[in-house]
Amino acid sequence: MAYRSSLNIIAVAGQATWKRARPILIRDTVLLPALGFIGVVLLWWIVATFFTELMPTPMQALGENLDYILHPFYRRGPGDLGIGWLLLSSIRRVLIGFLLGALVAIPVGFLIGMSRKALMILNPLVQIFKPVSPLAWLPVALAIFNLADPSAIFVIFITSLWPTIINTALGVSSVSQDYLDVARVLEMPRWRQITKVIWPASLPYIFTGLRISLGIAWLVIVAVEMLTGGVGIGFFVWDEWSRLNLSSVFLAIFVIGLTGLVLDYAVGKVQEWVTHRPARSIKV
Amino acid sequence: MAQFTRRSTNVPKRSSSSDFLVIENLSKSYPAADGSEFVVLKDINLAIAADEYISVIGHSGCGKSTLLKIVAGLEPATSGSVQLEGRKIRKPGAERMVVFQHYSLLPWLTVRENVRLAVDEVLIHASASDRKRIVNEHLAMVNLTEAANKYPDELSGGMKQRVGIARALAVRPKMLLMDEPFGALDALTRGRLQQQVLDIWEHHRHAVMMITHDVDEALYMSDRIVMMTNGPNATIGEILEVPFPHPDRASLRELPEYQELRNQSMNFLDHYFD
Repeated sequence: MAYRSSLNIIAVAGQATWKRARPILIRDTVLLPALGFIGVVLLWWIVATFFTELMPTPMQALGENLDYILHPFYRRGPGDLGIGWLLLSSIRRVLIGFLLGALVAIPVGFLIGMSRKALMILNPLVQIFKPVSPLAWLPVALAIFNLADPSAIFVIFITSLWPTIINTALGVSSVSQDYLDVARVLEMPRWRQITKVIWPASLPYIFTGLRISLGIAWLVIVAVEMLTGGVGIGFFVWDEWSRLNLSSVFLAIFVIGLTGLVLDYAVGKVQEWVTHRPARSIKV
Repeated sequence: MAQFTRRSTNVPKRSSSSDFLVIENLSKSYPAADGSEFVVLKDINLAIAADEYISVIGHSGCGKSTLLKIVAGLEPATSGSVQLEGRKIRKPGAERMVVFQHYSLLPWLTVRENVRLAVDEVLIHASASDRKRIVNEHLAMVNLTEAANKYPDELSGGMKQRVGIARALAVRPKMLLMDEPFGALDALTRGRLQQQVLDIWEHHRHAVMMITHDVDEALYMSDRIVMMTNGPNATIGEILEVPFPHPDRASLRELPEYQELRNQSMNFLDHYFD
C-alpha cells in the first residue's frame, strides 16, 4: 500500500513538473524564435507591398523558388544544377581549405605557445597578415594556380590559419600550472608532457580557433565564388542577381545562413566528443 | 617586528629514523619590484622520520605552501638544502607525491584514467595486469570504484580529493606532501575524509607533510605540529609533539591533554595574528 501511494506521489509530482515545464519549453524553443522570423517576414512583406519594383513579396519569392526547394539535387545539363549541388561544392571547397589550414595552423600555434623564440619570430607575421582580407590573396592564388577551384581553396586555407594559430598558441601558453605540476611530480619526460597534458589541456582553445576559422571561411567562400565563378552557392547569388532574380538571392541567403549554423554545430559536436566536455558557445 | 625571534629551538635530536627527510638552513626569497630581496622563508630546519605524520600550520601568507613546494621540488630553494634519505632534492619526483589543494585532476580523463596515468608514468616496471590491479585497489581504498568511469566535473569536492589521494598513493611514494588537502571541503566531508586518510596512512605508514591552517585537523592527524611564524622572513616558531598513540584517535577531543595542546597552539597562532 505504502509502495503504491509513494509511486502515486512520484507520478503526480512528475505530472506537475511536466505541466509547469512544458509551456515554458515550447515558448522558449518554438514560439519566441518563431516570433523573430515572423517579424522579419512581415517587415519584408510591408516593404515589398509598397515598393513593388524593389523586391518580391514573400509569397512571390516562395512561388518562384518552389522548384529549387522541392528539387535541390536536379541536373539539367552543364551549369544548370540544383541548389543542393551548389551548396555541396561550396562546402567541399571550404572543408578542404579549412582542413589544410588546420593541419598547418595547429602545429604552428603549438610552436608559438611553447617557445618564446618562435613567438618572437612568428607573432609579427601573424599580426600583419591577420587583418588582411583573405580576398586580397585571391590574385596571388590565381597567379600561382591559374585555376579557379584551387585558388578558392587556397584563399580558404589562408582564412583558416589565423584564428586557429592564435587560439592554439593561447591555449598552449595558458595550460594550468596545476596540470604541469602534476606532470612534473610524475617525472614525465617533456615529450609525454606535451602529448598527455599540454595537448589535451589546450584542445578546447584549439577548437575555439577551429570554429572561428570555419565560420570566417564560410563567410569568405561566398565572396570568393562571386569573383571566381564556377559551381557554388556564392556564384549562384551573383548570377541570380545579374538576372535580376532577387527571389533566389533571398533563398540563397537563408540557405547560406542555415549551412553556417549546421557547420558550427557539427564542429561543436566533434569538440564534445573529443574533449568529453560541453563546448562553449562562441561569440565572434 | 620582534616576532621574528624564534621562541624555542626545536630541531629534534638526530636519531637514525628521523633522518629520512632533512631540511637544513632553508631560505627562499624572490627579487622584489624595487630590486631588493623579498624573503619568504628564512632558516628553516626540520627533520622528519620515515613513518611520521607532520603538519605545518601558520597564518595565510606565511610561506607554508612554498615550503611544501620546495620539498616537492617544484620550486628551488634560494639557500640551504632538503635531503631525502641523504640525497639532495633538486627536482620533483614521484617518491614525494603531492596531493594538491585544488585537486589538480586532469578534466579530460575519467577517475580511473587519472589514477592510471600516474601509475603508467611511475611504475614502468610493473606488468600491465599489475598496474590495472594497483589502480583498482586504490580506487577501492578511497571508495571510488562506483565512480571510476566518471569525469572530474561530475564529482563533488570530496570525491575529487579522494581521487587526488588515490592517485598519490597508487605510485607507492615514500612520502606524501599534502597542501591543505581538506581546505576546500565542507565541514562534514572534511571530517570523514580526514578519518579516511588517517586509516589509509595507518596501513601504509609513510612520511606525511601536511599543510593546514586548522588546529583541530593538525592535532587529530599528526605526530608533530610545526608552527610557522608570520611572513616575510617566516620560520619555524615552535614544534608541538602530539603524544597520542596512532590508531584510535576518534575520541581524542574528550581528553584534557587535547584541550591543553589546542590552547597552546591557538595561543601561538593568536600571538602571530595581525
